[in-house]
Amino acid sequence: MTDASRIEPRTISVRVNGTEHTATVEPRILLSDFLRHDLDLTGTHVGCEHGVCGACTVLLDGVPVRSCLLLAIQAEGHEVRTVESLASEDENGELVLHPLQEAFREAHGLQCGFCTPGFLLTLLPFLDENPNPTEKEIRQAISGNLCRCTGYQHIVDAVRLAAQHRGTNGARQAEETEAGEPPGRETRA
Amino acid sequence: MKPPPFDYVVPGSLDEALDLLGDHGTEAKLLAGGQSLIPLLSFRLAQPALLIDLNRLDDLAYVRAGTDAPSAADDGVLRIGAMTRQRALERDPAIARVAPLLAEALPWIAHPQIRNRGTVGGSLAHADPAAELPALAVALDARFHLTGRRGVRQVTADDFYTGLFATALAADEILTEIEIPAAAPGTGWAFLEQARRPGDYAQVGLAVRLTLDPSRACRNVRLVFLSVGDRPMVASRAAAALEGEPPSESLFAEAAEIATGEIDPTDDIHASAEFKRHLARVLAGRALTRAAQRAADGESPS
Repeated sequence: MTDASRIEPRTISVRVNGTEHTATVEPRILLSDFLRHDLDLTGTHVGCEHGVCGACTVLLDGVPVRSCLLLAIQAEGHEVRTVESLASEDENGELVLHPLQEAFREAHGLQCGFCTPGFLLTLLPFLDENPNPTEKEIRQAISGNLCRCTGYQHIVDAVRLAAQHRGTNGARQAEETEAGEPPGRETRA
Repeated sequence: MKPPPFDYVVPGSLDEALDLLGDHGTEAKLLAGGQSLIPLLSFRLAQPALLIDLNRLDDLAYVRAGTDAPSAADDGVLRIGAMTRQRALERDPAIARVAPLLAEALPWIAHPQIRNRGTVGGSLAHADPAAELPALAVALDARFHLTGRRGVRQVTADDFYTGLFATALAADEILTEIEIPAAAPGTGWAFLEQARRPGDYAQVGLAVRLTLDPSRACRNVRLVFLSVGDRPMVASRAAAALEGEPPSESLFAEAAEIATGEIDPTDDIHASAEFKRHLARVLAGRALTRAAQRAADGESPS
């Protein structure tokens, strides 16, 4: 094995949930660990750490990817979006769930919640591309995310509910998704 | 489950990547999509001193499809850059037209999040015998461009796979392009796979391609299995039994039986070798029937 002390850490700049972060990392640090340990964004959950469970799914330049199968250093210059970006603050400073999160709550799409961040970030761009998905399309979309509590039925229900809600006030929610960035976090060195 | 220490470099050009690879040789490992390599690092099954990240080589990500009417300027060959994401290939509008076998098979590769990142060349060069793309490349008579500092050489997919995770790539070469020749008119195709759950590694999978000539006889039959040997397994005796024969259920059953003698499945936790042979026989019969039907219906060629 290579002697770790001989590997130069690198400084990277990554935009996460709308905020530019500059940090120094070893090349071997996984993006999932970088998000959790360096940026304290612990909403991204780490399950299997080898690309099977989907719990660590985040958006890289808007596309769902497994953050345990990417090195943090590879995110240099890219834009990452995590579950922390979904809820937004209303005019009174209260945190308001994203409509997709609201649909999960309403349809009982989660029990323990460990897998939920991965499901949400998989589904966010899916619903943008498929505003009115069939059950088969939904099940294909979530095939790469494991849930041990719900048996998936309630998750499918939640996606349908979210799609329905989008259908009735789609324009408003599309706007919210755009504007739904969290308040900026302090950049850590 | 964390990767061991390694050094990391991101070349900005293919030449730079080749120089780095030439200088570091087997100490270095190329990082494409990382969907197999990163888990191997995390499990510490791979411990390279240096990762050469190819993800900034944007000019290796492209899909160039021939047109329906090949001309002097257009040989009808489908050319895929090695760094093309599997999802990009799956979504390329030309694929269904020029390579419907690929279009049918790509959704079987793992899950959407994996295909968003995984590359065509990465999977082909990784040479996992359970992966779909190597078997597809062999079934489609693909040619691989292997680029080194001294130039490019071409190798057929058939010759590329030399054993378990072993290929004809030299230590200082990079797979840069995949060429898939245009199919003859009257070609049918089918891809079938059996897994415990969709997206899991296949217990058995296979790609079939065959052409019906004007007299409705089978020509140029290719049956290539995945997950039942150390590399994509070509059932050439089964194919030979079909050559020049008119398609029929009984003939296909006979060929499927022959094919089960040309694969080399092993017992694993998901299925016994015996069960895999059974699956191979059933899937081969179905795939041949489907491919012949498509050839007869004159759907677009693969």
